[in-house]
Order: sequence, then C-alpha cells, then structure tokens
Amino acid sequence: MTAVGSSTKVVLGGTRGGPDVATLRQDRWWVQPVVTVSILTAFVIYSTWAAFQNKNYYVGFDRDLISPFYSPCLATSCEAGASNSGFLIHTPGWFSPALLILIFPLGFRLTCYYYRRSYYRAFWWSPPACAVSDAHASYSGETKFPLIMQNLHRYFFYAGLVFNVLLTYDAIRAFRQPGLGFGVTVGTLVLVTNATLLWLYSLSCHACRHLCGGQVRSFAQHPWRHKFWKFVTPLNAKHMNFAWASLVFVALTDVYIRLVASGAITDYKLF
Amino acid sequence: MSDVTMRVWRGDANGGQFEDYTVTQQEGEVVLDVIHRIQATDAPDLACRWNCKAGKCGSCAAEINGKPRLMCMTRMDQLPEGPVTITPMKTFPIIRDLVTDVSFNYAQAEKVPALLPPPMPADGYRMFQQDVERGQEFRKCIECFMCQDVCHVIRDHEDNKQYYAGPRFFIRYAELEMHPLDTNDRRDLIREEMGLGYCNITKCCTEVCPEHIKITDNAIIPLKERVVDAQYDPVAWLGRKIRRKTKRSAEEAAVQPAP
Ligand code: SF4
Ligand code: SF4
Ligand code: FES
Ligand code: FES
Repeated sequence: MTAVGSSTKVVLGGTRGGPDVATLRQDRWWVQPVVTVSILTAFVIYSTWAAFQNKNYYVGFDRDLISPFYSPCLATSCEAGASNSGFLIHTPGWFSPALLILIFPLGFRLTCYYYRRSYYRAFWWSPPACAVSDAHASYSGETKFPLIMQNLHRYFFYAGLVFNVLLTYDAIRAFRQPGLGFGVTVGTLVLVTNATLLWLYSLSCHACRHLCGGQVRSFAQHPWRHKFWKFVTPLNAKHMNFAWASLVFVALTDVYIRLVASGAITDYKLF
Repeated sequence: MSDVTMRVWRGDANGGQFEDYTVTQQEGEVVLDVIHRIQATDAPDLACRWNCKAGKCGSCAAEINGKPRLMCMTRMDQLPEGPVTITPMKTFPIIRDLVTDVSFNYAQAEKVPALLPPPMPADGYRMFQQDVERGQEFRKCIECFMCQDVCHVIRDHEDNKQYYAGPRFFIRYAELEMHPLDTNDRRDLIREEMGLGYCNITKCCTEVCPEHIKITDNAIIPLKERVVDAQYDPVAWLGRKIRRKTKRSAEEAAVQPAP
C-alpha cells in the first residue's frame, strides 16, 4: 500500500521530561484491578466447578427449571426431561453436557470489548490503570495471533442471540409446573431475570450497535437503521453495567437451581 | 488559607529534577494560577504553555499528581492534601520544564487523507441534521493531546509511534468515515498504517479527555468494527463481491492530499 506523504516526520527517541517512574499517581488506582480480578476469578472458579458437576442442573419434579450453564442440553448424558430438543449428541454418561455449549457464552464474553478492557487492565497490566506503566517491555496490542482473534466478536454475538432465544424459552418453561399447572415460583422469576439481563447485555453490545446502524455513512439515507441505532445507543452506554449484572446473575441462577435440585431448599411458589 | 507545596519538574533534554515551591492557596485558584504566581515570585524562568485559561485552547496540558489534566481547569481545592506534583506530558519529548514538543501529533495530522466529496450535484451538496450531529462530538476536540499522552501504546512503547496515529486521530478518522459526503475508504489504511489494532480499548483516552468525548466507544470501537467489515467478515466480503464496489481503495485514499 502506498505510504502517505507527509513532510513532518515522526521522530523517535526524543528525551522525555519528568522522572522515570512507573507512575506518580497517589490515589488508589489499584482498587479497580483488584475488584476485577476478584470477581472474574471467582466466576471462573465457580463456573468451571459447576460445568464439571454433571448433576443438579435440572428440576423436573413439580417444576421445570434448568440451569443456564446446561441449556440447551444437547448430550445423551442429559438428565431426563432436561433436554427438549430432538437433537442429541452421543456422549458417555460421565460427560457433562455443559462442556458442549459453554464455549459460546465464554467466547462471547472473552471477546467482548468491555471485558477486554477489564482483563487487559486487571490481569495483563497493559496498562493496570491510566498513566501507570504497562507491565510489558514490548507490545503489539491486538495486531497478532492470538489477540487478532478478538475481531471475531460479532460471530459470538450472533451465537449469543441464539442462546438468548433458548434461555428465554427456558424462562417461559419455568412458568410450567408439571402436574400442577402453571404458576410463578421464585425459580420462575430467577430465570426471567436471567434471560432479561442476557438480552440487555447482548443488545448493548458494541458489535450490535454497529450492525444495527453504526455501520452506515449516512443516517439520512437509512432511516430505519438510524432508529435501531438510536434505540441501542443508550443501552450501549450502560454495557459495562449489563456485563457485570448478567455475569453475576447467571452464576446466581445456577446456584439457585443447584440448591433446589439437590433438595437443599424448596422453590417457593408465589402464586 | 493554608500553604501548599507545589512539586514542579524543572529541566530540559539534558535532565532535570523536582523543585518544591511553597505557596499560599487563594480561594478559587486553579493550578495554572499557582504556576503563574510561582513565575511571578520564585521562578521567573519556569516554562509553561497557556493561552485561554478557559479550557478551550488545549495548551496547558500537563500531568498533575501523575494524571494528564488541563492546568487551567484543575481547581486547587479539589486536589487531595499534600504536595501537588506537576510534570510535563510524559509521551512527548521535553523542551523545557512543563513544555513538550508535540510535533508527533502534527505529523499524524498530516497523514489523514482529506474529505473527498463526490462531484457537486446540480442542486448542490445536502447534508441532513442527523448526519451533522453524528460528528459533532468529535469536533469538540481542543487538541490538548492528553489522550495521546495517556495512551500506553506510545506512552510506554516509544517504538510504536512509527505505526500509530493515536486516539486523537482515530476520532478524526471516525468523523471522516461517518461523513455522508465522503467517498474515501480509509479502512485498510487505518488497520495497516495507523495502527488501530494496537489500541486495546482500555479507555484511558476517554478517561482524560477534557471535552468528555467518548473516544473509545464512539470512535475507536466503531472503527474497529468497520475494519472487521472490511477485513475479517466473510459475509460482508461476499456481499461486496456481489454488489459492485464503489468505494475507493485504501491505496487511492492514501494518496489523497491533506487539506
Ligand atoms: S483506548 Fe486505545 S487509544 Fe485509548 S488510551 Fe487505550 S489503547 Fe490508547
Ligand atoms: S480528544 Fe479530547 S483529550 Fe484528545 S486531544 Fe481532543 S480534547 Fe484532548
Ligand atoms: S458483548 Fe460486550 S461488546 Fe459485544
Ligand atoms: S490555557 Fe487554554 S486550555 Fe488551559
């Protein structure tokens, strides 16, 4: 490609002013990375543990509740009733069905612009906080493998939409109480809240905002896409909040269903 | 009011050190006022840039307690107790004291391929309000270059300056790429030569921008998504092959002279 002609050349290596220290900040800039590391580590540990449990993820007696970590349940090793798709992948009995599907929500969150910001700062220290030195001597950002793969985020977004539809279906199913009819239990509300938060997380995604309308050069020529863009833009401004809320809630949903399924608590019927 | 120690970095390309100046704070003062008072009393040779004292010219950018800020917009009474450190912007070569050589930014500005409108239609060019509004945010930039200063891509890795336009120019590219009357396609240029991929969206530019421009959310991420359209999205690629490609290539865009 032709280089751009420019008379003012970038000169490298000029002497910099100020002291040669990692940072002069005296405020508690490390609080944010510490909080991020704590929450994300806790989530990773819990979800790995939960994904390998291969039990207590479905409540089929008087209730119809499935954990979001195990839905859609696509393995032949699924508990009876947990899977309601005709499509089943043949797996040995010890195989946890969660392992078949978790790559999609995991990939969606790993490539999310907001989580990227957070883990590059908190785990990779590149940079740990603004105006605090990068912990690495060389840096190529997202230009090389594997980080260039972050550009696949929109495909995980599409997959995420499919999951949202399925988890919404699970939430609707949660109104069903086999043998008793229909009703609302705490479990129903938990699954409905979980699905709602996941939709808000997806709709506020930056790739979503771009695909809705951000892509076009002229809003005047694409009035509908402008409308979609205007709808998702305020959600997008809250993407961080939805990212944390949906992450924490999806784990809490699994905890709740696990407690009910194991018999530790009963799912309280509201009406 | 109480006394405060101003710990100001004094020096030039041959080296320097902090000098402490103890001044009595006066009600409502900003850091720039105090620097001016130090010039008037203790250190007439203390170098700093300023012009408007209203947060609109962008000249007085420096680092206050380690963070890039405009000296004229930072109130003394909002800084924490204890000595206040004032250093020049770290990313650019030092000229003297608080004055740095920001010509890196001018070199990047010259590289931006200019707006290239289509031939004038018989009834003239027309632009609609919603399209005018879209770039409004980016035009608020006062060129203080604090976003460039804080960006770790060049702050901590001098070498990257060769390949990296920086956040201030990403908003310029975004404004042009969102311009309804522009026919240049700068997407390959942005990826290959302007180093968009180096940005890891850690948002420090957004944090320091005195004009509160959402640099990362509204300019850099939309540009990254445009690069995905052009480079990493097979569906879009197929769509382009099928429809006739009307945009200019990066090569053609690159040779467009700057204004
Ligand atoms: S978001 Fe990107 S451009 Fe902005 S400071 Fe961070 S790395 Fe630099
Ligand atoms: S974008 Fe904001 S921080 Fe960057 S140069 Fe412009 S006004 Fe300054
Ligand atoms: S899900 Fe966070 S940016 Fe797409
Ligand atoms: S003097 Fe103009 S921005 Fe501070």
